[in-house]
Amino acid sequence: MSALLEINDVFVRFTVRGGLLGAIGLANAGDIEAVSGVSLKIKAGETYGIVGESGSGKTTLARAVAGLHHASEGSINYNGMELRGLTESRFRPLRRDIVMMFQDPTGSLSPRLTVSSLITEPFRIQGMKGKDLDAEAGRLLSMVGLPREFGQRYPHQLSGGQARRVGVARALALDPKLLIADEPTAGLDVSVQGEMLNLLAALQDRMGLAIMIITHNLNVVRHITDRVGIMYLGKLVEEGPTEAIFSNPKHPYTLALLAANPEPDPDANLARIELNGEPPSVLNRPHGCEFHTRCPFVQPRCRTETPDWRDHGESRFHRCHFPEIWDAEQPVLEKVAQ
Amino acid sequence: MNTPVLDIKNLSVGYHTQRGRLKALRNVSFAIPQNSIVGIVGESGCGKSTLISAIIRLLAGNAEIGSGQILFKNDDLLAKTENQMRALRGVDLSMVFQDPMRTHNPVLTIGRQMTDIQYRDQLTKAQKKERAAEMLSLVGIPDAAERLNQYPHEFSGGMRQRIAIAMALMARPSLLIADEPTTALDATLEVQIIKRLRELQSEIGCSILFISHHLGVIAELCDYVVVMYAGEVIEQGPVREVFHTPAHPYTSALLRCDPGNIREKTRNLPTIPGEIPDLVDLPAGCVFQSRCAQAVDSCVTARPEFRNVAGGHSAACHLLGEEVPA
Amino acid sequence: MDQAVKTNPVKSRGEMGEMFYHLIRDPLGLTGLVIVVLIVFSAAFAGQIVPYDPIALNIPDRLQGPSLSHLLGTDQLGRDTFSRMVMGGRVALQVALPTIIGAVSIGTLLGMIAGYGPRWLDNLILLFFDTIRSFPTVMFALAVVALIGPSLNTVVFVIMATSIPTYGRVVRTMTQSLKSSEFIDAEKSLGATTKRILGVHILPNVLGPIAVLAAMDIPTIVGLEAGLSFLGMGVRPPTPSWGSLLNDGYALIRNTPWPIIAGGLPLILTTLGFTFLGEALRDVVDPKLRGRGGAR
Repeated sequence: MSALLEINDVFVRFTVRGGLLGAIGLANAGDIEAVSGVSLKIKAGETYGIVGESGSGKTTLARAVAGLHHASEGSINYNGMELRGLTESRFRPLRRDIVMMFQDPTGSLSPRLTVSSLITEPFRIQGMKGKDLDAEAGRLLSMVGLPREFGQRYPHQLSGGQARRVGVARALALDPKLLIADEPTAGLDVSVQGEMLNLLAALQDRMGLAIMIITHNLNVVRHITDRVGIMYLGKLVEEGPTEAIFSNPKHPYTLALLAANPEPDPDANLARIELNGEPPSVLNRPHGCEFHTRCPFVQPRCRTETPDWRDHGESRFHRCHFPEIWDAEQPVLEKVAQ
Repeated sequence: MNTPVLDIKNLSVGYHTQRGRLKALRNVSFAIPQNSIVGIVGESGCGKSTLISAIIRLLAGNAEIGSGQILFKNDDLLAKTENQMRALRGVDLSMVFQDPMRTHNPVLTIGRQMTDIQYRDQLTKAQKKERAAEMLSLVGIPDAAERLNQYPHEFSGGMRQRIAIAMALMARPSLLIADEPTTALDATLEVQIIKRLRELQSEIGCSILFISHHLGVIAELCDYVVVMYAGEVIEQGPVREVFHTPAHPYTSALLRCDPGNIREKTRNLPTIPGEIPDLVDLPAGCVFQSRCAQAVDSCVTARPEFRNVAGGHSAACHLLGEEVPA
Repeated sequence: MDQAVKTNPVKSRGEMGEMFYHLIRDPLGLTGLVIVVLIVFSAAFAGQIVPYDPIALNIPDRLQGPSLSHLLGTDQLGRDTFSRMVMGGRVALQVALPTIIGAVSIGTLLGMIAGYGPRWLDNLILLFFDTIRSFPTVMFALAVVALIGPSLNTVVFVIMATSIPTYGRVVRTMTQSLKSSEFIDAEKSLGATTKRILGVHILPNVLGPIAVLAAMDIPTIVGLEAGLSFLGMGVRPPTPSWGSLLNDGYALIRNTPWPIIAGGLPLILTTLGFTFLGEALRDVVDPKLRGRGGAR
């Protein structure tokens, strides 16, 4: 089955103006490479999770796919059509198919519009004025489980969870094919996180939607994604089917992420992978394997040579010179990967 | 000796709003023993922010303390004057806040800020600086002495939070209140900071009141846990007891929902349906009954009392067998 | 408390209704509103209210004090001071309203373009703003008047031109900060054109603070008009203006103080009224401050 979305070697760079000369537009401090050569495929109806911490470039990648940033290099191919380099007017019709849900639930809603107007914006923007917008608003509200009266409310009158649902309703108004969800559960209480994820899963089943979930929380993706890609400093360091990643992680960073979300069991013997220090700055990328400054298993080779993207069969890939270096420490693997 | 560092007795706080009195905290009681870490777990609307504001006496203008005592080393904080409170804050009772990006004054160097808060101490400037550098290295910031000359924006979020912890612990307080200090940080950083906090606590011998909604962190860090819901304490006890054998339906539901606890892959994650009740117009009976799967008739009419479950572990639920009030 | 909104059905008064409701409750706002309504009303219906024709000469009755037939007396040409005062209000608003509307419209448009558009356009518009602002207003006014002669329209034009940068800069700053908001990104991701974003999503969010500024600005403009007319550079006599009333009044101060009162008092009232209204509006326009600002 050919992919719905195919990202190939995409780079997204920003120019940073530096210093006094920079302030008057004469000099640049350099380029920030937020996304540094990412390739992945998402099939129709599939859910793909991109996991990474701050500075990983995951949000930038998502925005590049959604057409909010320009990719500097590489190819973003949707249904056979190349997205990079498209003018805004050529991209516009595609915006019925590729939609985004934003991280800040209330902040992503225009404050002076009612909920009803907000969720029917897509119709107006795409020039579909013939439709009965009131009826559509009602349909969308019930689709996300909100009562009809909410149509008259303003964003500041909604709770975080309600605002998120409005965001979902707006995103799905035109029956898209690909939904990019940026941290859909951030800030939500644990007891309602499940609700949001269940809603997305149900809507996906109903509409045959492909979903790209961006998150820093591995636990969130476990239940809703088919495949997961772990990003660090703009690159994918590991990728594969969700269950495989959880039961058998190969990259030290993945291991650290898994270990960092401890279960609420005071007796769990947390033999965890602890990373050294902080993520390096994107302006000052480490040589060799970019993870080496924090890797607890670092070897001399890691400091000088960049590891290749290795195929492990069954659609599993990762990037490390010494995969399974921790096999010697089996108890670690057992405890963490449960 | 065995006097708790903080003993909250029957604290009730309300806010005056246009719609009426919003009862944010109702009869909250719990104690923090010496040299221990107590965690408060609760979701939005449980009252944890109000609780902290009440303890350090920085409540909003429309807040009103209805009743109760906050005994800090046997001294009622509510009876103190503003000046007395000011003398306490930052010295014996200090705080770390949630957002590391906004905790520090952006136009002063870290060194300046760390020496400034030592204004009550009779030390020379050099001594204050030395103390500051010492605290910084204790929280794991390399090259502490040089970094004192840097501004907050030159540090990352994780480092800023460490600096905040250093500043809070500099005067060796008896109680440190940490309000979701790691919520805004990445998980791998959270891990480092929690570990550091634990080490510092045992070294300094202070107590910590740790507020979080991250159950895994509470399980790892805390000795005791207090579970709050919609302005009330509904369960409390040693963390092992509460997390292994939760007595209150809310606690067990919460634990069930925690993603770290869910073993099998499922497209239907557990949730707690419904919402917290209106705090202005509270229903009679148990505050959780509208969302409780096990509610019985008495839950609707009568407010449950705190009952003992096991030593030190108590919860407020009608379904608990024992009639002995805690 | 967030949850209080969730479970309580919102009594929908609508945005305008909410604002009005809170405005009334603020004593300052209520006072301001009453004064402004009074002034606007008397200006609008000046023709019906005035007992005498404001420019009709009546030499035999000149320099009379207040009486039942002439509420504020007469001036040196026998004209009824009260009538001139009321008509002066119409003149004041005839200058103030087009000026404000013009300055706000042009300023907002340019400000939004400057704030949202490319850098070179921003710099160009800022250059334009700064050039205008570098002229001292009164000097500029006198220069224009010297060129095309004094008249109502001249005054309107001059004051409007010099007010544009004020609104422009404020709108530009607000637009710049809104530009990076997440909801603008959200609309862009839906495919909204720049025109739509500016018109539907940015404009409503800048209008509130602009309305407040405008309300506070009206007294200034009224004062400016009065000043120019006082100097003889504003409306041409015999058209009554509060400024020309003041001018006449100076010469007559030993004979009768009433023209000065008739010129000065409305100016004071207008300033107070619009300023109170503006202050109260500011608290009311921001939904977060509503009901918490002055009105407690």
